[in-house]
Amino acid sequence: MTTLTELLPWDKVQIARNPQRPRTLDYIRVLCEDFFELRGDRHHGDDQALVCGISKIDGRSVAIIGHQKGSDTKENVRRNFGSPHPEGYRKALRVMEHAKKFNMPILTLIDTAGAHPSMAAEERGQAEAIARNLLVMADLPVPIIATVIGEGGSGGALAIGVADRLLMLEHAVYSVASPEASAAILWRDSSKASEAAKAMKITAQDLHSFGIADLIIPEPEGGAHMDVAAIVHAVGNALREQLSTLSTLTLDQLLDQRYAKYRAIGRFRQAQSEIVEA
Amino acid sequence: MTVEVHDLKDFFRRAPLPFTSSRREQQIPDNVWTKCANCGELTYQKQFNDALKVCPKCGYHSRISSREWIDILADADSFVEHDADLQGIDILGFVSPKDNYEAKLAATSERTGTNDVVMSGSASIEGLPFEIAACNFDFMGGSMGSVFGEKVARAVERAADRGVPVLTINASGGARMHEGIFALMQMAKVSVALTRLARVRQPHISLLVDPCYGGVSASYASVADIILAEPGANIGFAGRRVIEQTIRQKLPPHFQTAEFFLEHGMIDAVVPRSDMRATIGRLLRLYERPTSSADHREHVVAGHQ
Repeated sequence: MTTLTELLPWDKVQIARNPQRPRTLDYIRVLCEDFFELRGDRHHGDDQALVCGISKIDGRSVAIIGHQKGSDTKENVRRNFGSPHPEGYRKALRVMEHAKKFNMPILTLIDTAGAHPSMAAEERGQAEAIARNLLVMADLPVPIIATVIGEGGSGGALAIGVADRLLMLEHAVYSVASPEASAAILWRDSSKASEAAKAMKITAQDLHSFGIADLIIPEPEGGAHMDVAAIVHAVGNALREQLSTLSTLTLDQLLDQRYAKYRAIGRFRQAQSEIVEA
Repeated sequence: MTVEVHDLKDFFRRAPLPFTSSRREQQIPDNVWTKCANCGELTYQKQFNDALKVCPKCGYHSRISSREWIDILADADSFVEHDADLQGIDILGFVSPKDNYEAKLAATSERTGTNDVVMSGSASIEGLPFEIAACNFDFMGGSMGSVFGEKVARAVERAADRGVPVLTINASGGARMHEGIFALMQMAKVSVALTRLARVRQPHISLLVDPCYGGVSASYASVADIILAEPGANIGFAGRRVIEQTIRQKLPPHFQTAEFFLEHGMIDAVVPRSDMRATIGRLLRLYERPTSSADHREHVVAGHQ
């Protein structure tokens, strides 16, 4: 019997993908006083891989955007396993602009292997849809808190993840590409996913040590799926705390801090010896 | 998100041209022939170079380095390089049986004579000043890591500070796997920098050249104020092979070309290499604000005489 503290990165990937793990709608059901789903991008369709809406938390209006994986095959087909098409990101964009108009903080819940790769997605501009969200979130004048509740995969995750705070569940992972894709890219062998998971430093603990994740939310023993009520409660508390901290900032402070946060990410060497870290 | 360099080679319909960096170019004497990677036409090297490395027979635009791009576009002697001394480091302590990131970086730097993918600096076209950041696909598949992101972000910020446009020339397989999450976050880093340029109302012009995929295509390159592409350039979010595996069918040859994205409303114009300098010059003039840059232009034009 292995204890949780001894989990390898690849074990964490499995926990993050556990079909029983609570998803975006599980959090919304409990945390939100009333949730009104906003559907469709007003251009092409309604992508069920992303759930968006408005709600109230502690009496305050908020906008919520989250990837939604299915709990069974039928739902997974409808939700495309949580991998959005461009219309999903454009629905999210619409809700971001909505939040800006009505001055609502935005809570995003990240849980995707990545944006969907397909002919239709390319034709409708998957790259543009993701890129647009990054650009808009970069100076959207409302607080944004992103929480990785399961797996965060590449640009498909970041497209709802440019935020003032990045929270991660204890066993969540967040990576530049899924471990399978990373292994295929690096070594032309997707079966080496467990090695890639280790080499690429994708755990919440790694990202926290890099200063990229701001906070780790501890999970119940055995993982979030072992006690859904407890993890939803913990996430709710963390979000309330971050919301109240961010709400004390002026708009200029908020945007300056967001600029500084992302502008500083990266490590390199300049002029022989100086190492710039962020 | 990311596309491997080798993968890219696989899914190109046209066999990829063995890359010729400007450095290696100098070692090739003029009295040799170049075989077009697309149609097989033999062209006298000097004629090929004079045609900006576009095949005179079929029009295939072969890949050129960032240095060559700057030579083609910028006024003579106008380019001043910045941040050339930025070098990548092994952030993750990347360990794998086959990969040693530091060694790979060192070997690639040695071979190409540059520290990373992006060459950036200040330049002008017909006296009109702009900042430029250009990718060299030959450096680790144009992959975006910390140095790439930092150099593009600095170029954008310099443009904002000077009140001039920024031109990015984008050729990339995507994020650099060896830098993990840091590579992904460069997409956000360049995006925040662009908000500063937007505030001073200066344009970002993005030129997509073959090939442009993954994290570069899914960030700043696809949301510029003006997006240009070279004829036949392969552009997309996911690589051809990834899509073919997902949908389990062969994709049409036209798919993910510059012309395909023009038809689908994703770019403004497909511009042949021979017209690129004139086209970007036109755009710089169209965005020029007489009060702020007339003096500078006069000065530079005078300097040429």
